[in-house]
Amino acid sequence: MNPMSAPPSRVPRASGEATIVRPRMTARERLTRIIFRRELLVGMIRNELKIKYKNSVLGFAWSLLNPLLYLVVFYVAFTIILGSSIPSFPIWLLSGLLVWNLFSTGLGAATGSVVANSGLVKKVSFPREILPLASVGSMLVHFFLQSLVLFTVLAAVRWHVAWAYVPLIPLALIALLLVTSALGILLSAVNVYLRDTSHFLELALLAWFWITPVVYPFQLVGIRGGWSTKLWLTNPVTPIVVVFQRAIYAKLTNPHPKGGGPPIQLLPHWPYWGFLAYLGWSFAFGLVTLTIAVRVFGRSEANFAEEL
Amino acid sequence: MAAAIEVRSVSKQFKLYHEHYTSLKERVVHYGRIPYEPFMALQEIDFDVEAGSTVGILGHNGCGKSTLLKCIAGILQPTRGEIVTRGRVAALLELGAGFNHELTGRENVFMNASILGLSKKDTALIFDEIVAFSELDKFIDMQVRHYSSGMYVRLGFAVAVNVEPDILLVDEVLAVGDEAFQRKCIERVKKFQQEGRTILFVTHAADLVRRICDRAVVLDHGKMVIDAKPGEAVRVFRESLHGGELNESDEPEEAAALAEVEAARPEGTHRVRITNVAIDHPGLRINRNWMLPDESMTIRVAYHASERTDDLLFGIAIHDENGNHLFGTNTGVLGLDVPPADGDGEMSFEFHRVPLLDGTYLVTLAIQSSDEGTVYDWREQQATFEVMNPSRTSGLVSFPIDVHFGRPSMGLPGFDTPGIKLVEGTGA
Repeated sequence: MNPMSAPPSRVPRASGEATIVRPRMTARERLTRIIFRRELLVGMIRNELKIKYKNSVLGFAWSLLNPLLYLVVFYVAFTIILGSSIPSFPIWLLSGLLVWNLFSTGLGAATGSVVANSGLVKKVSFPREILPLASVGSMLVHFFLQSLVLFTVLAAVRWHVAWAYVPLIPLALIALLLVTSALGILLSAVNVYLRDTSHFLELALLAWFWITPVVYPFQLVGIRGGWSTKLWLTNPVTPIVVVFQRAIYAKLTNPHPKGGGPPIQLLPHWPYWGFLAYLGWSFAFGLVTLTIAVRVFGRSEANFAEEL
Repeated sequence: MAAAIEVRSVSKQFKLYHEHYTSLKERVVHYGRIPYEPFMALQEIDFDVEAGSTVGILGHNGCGKSTLLKCIAGILQPTRGEIVTRGRVAALLELGAGFNHELTGRENVFMNASILGLSKKDTALIFDEIVAFSELDKFIDMQVRHYSSGMYVRLGFAVAVNVEPDILLVDEVLAVGDEAFQRKCIERVKKFQQEGRTILFVTHAADLVRRICDRAVVLDHGKMVIDAKPGEAVRVFRESLHGGELNESDEPEEAAALAEVEAARPEGTHRVRITNVAIDHPGLRINRNWMLPDESMTIRVAYHASERTDDLLFGIAIHDENGNHLFGTNTGVLGLDVPPADGDGEMSFEFHRVPLLDGTYLVTLAIQSSDEGTVYDWREQQATFEVMNPSRTSGLVSFPIDVHFGRPSMGLPGFDTPGIKLVEGTGA
């Protein structure tokens, strides 16, 4: 009965490390636990992608089709019907829309993730935060695929991106993942107790889309004064979208299409560090939200298995 | 050596809502005044499981044993207290492990192993073994949603036992699946025991606890009643179970129903009536309500004859709880003369040895005419006695047994071929 006499096994046995289950863990302990299980996160992302495309004919082509369809709809609505005057509208739209898509689909999927995986939550133990994170992760894969559409368009028209600002893109992407994951973790826990959170989120995202300068230019609102503009500026997704537009669309102003009129203001005339500082706000928002989210998640996780 | 599992004054409270509001609108409308009752599923549970031992958690339904197992598995978190587990924990809870229905068996195996902390490479090494154990090689690339519940359980168990867990948690799982698979699982659990792994399992099958556990913890209504050797624990478990039953039958409704049945019974002219039955055994003298196997027992019957009756026969039958008829006889069968009854009388059945192991047994008594044509009184399974087996022998009957060792040449009968040949040789 001496465990030392057990035959050597092919699979390494856990090193006898102690796992402690107790009511409270600090946010830092929880985050370390997630990083420790990153292989599981990668596996779950892979599974989510598999499931998503298992029963569809077009498979990954859907990822590419989605932004194209958006493009057609917004092009017809804005350029043709409303007569919007943003030149090279497809590039303008895609440089912001892909970011927005990652945020909205990631948040949506993350919110439903714990409830959707109730079978797993009720049966096995693992850091549950991995579920919303895997949802965001799978949407990140879609984001990269959709970026291919944008790259193709950029290459086809030999578009000049602002190379100086391209190094800000990875930073903006990290900020976006931080904000999306933080809100996703928070809402996935809330959704266990309040099942209509996902319906509520759909409406909120619709409104959120229109307070984010994706379709219309930043300068349309940004140059106005007043408290409502200040409030509008606090939208943590805006800095990320603006950085993407600054680096990819690259033009701050455009001459009036009919000629003669004042040039159209598109993006803020900030120096490099101005964009960086604005991005800092998204990071700050993301970090604070993440801390709160992990705490809320930790507190409510204790009864997930019972509530589901 | 440190304990494999330490449960430190663990309590778990659930809120029982009379109405369950799960939508935002309802929560807002009822904010702050959603009525609930705090329900303590576990109260101050405290025990250790030594590395390499097999421990059973015994209790009837709703005693909190599954909640405790879920806390140890890390699926639920205790409200108070702390649980420390050392090593990899694989848990088998209720029906199968957590599988994703959209994924194939193969994908789920990798997913599950990954959750248990195995890398992809490690899982690939044991994958064939998992499939072989589950006997699902033909279905492994099929989506799990098309699996039968039996297949589901088999795959879950195959993963859990093949990931080299240091601690295996089992929740009544052995009760599902076909018999052959059950046997395979029990064998694997025994192999785990030999390899010095720690096993904790939850059950209400006292017999299983006696057979495979080193210790057992008995839970009753969320409280730990005892942490002891299996024999002692099973006894305490049976007692708590019994206590529950007695309370239930105290309810007036049930008593009334019994009386009705009694009145409706055709047998029993009640010319001679059984007025009292008492079961006596050595344990009662030391305030022990149960018997040990092979103890003696006396069943005393007091009766009253409303008029003088010459033609009498006393009968007795013993059944187990499942209604199996274990024993039956009467004074006629035994060829005994019964003295005539007039007024109050008393008789007794004396058993020198009751060769029974665990269980509660029911005694039926009857007074009839000697040709068994007239039933004077018939008390169907009204008196009970209980036998508790302190040893780890299992089953129903206490067979007297001696064990010998030797070679076939010493004249001991064997199962091996030479033994059979020997018999054939003498026969021919």
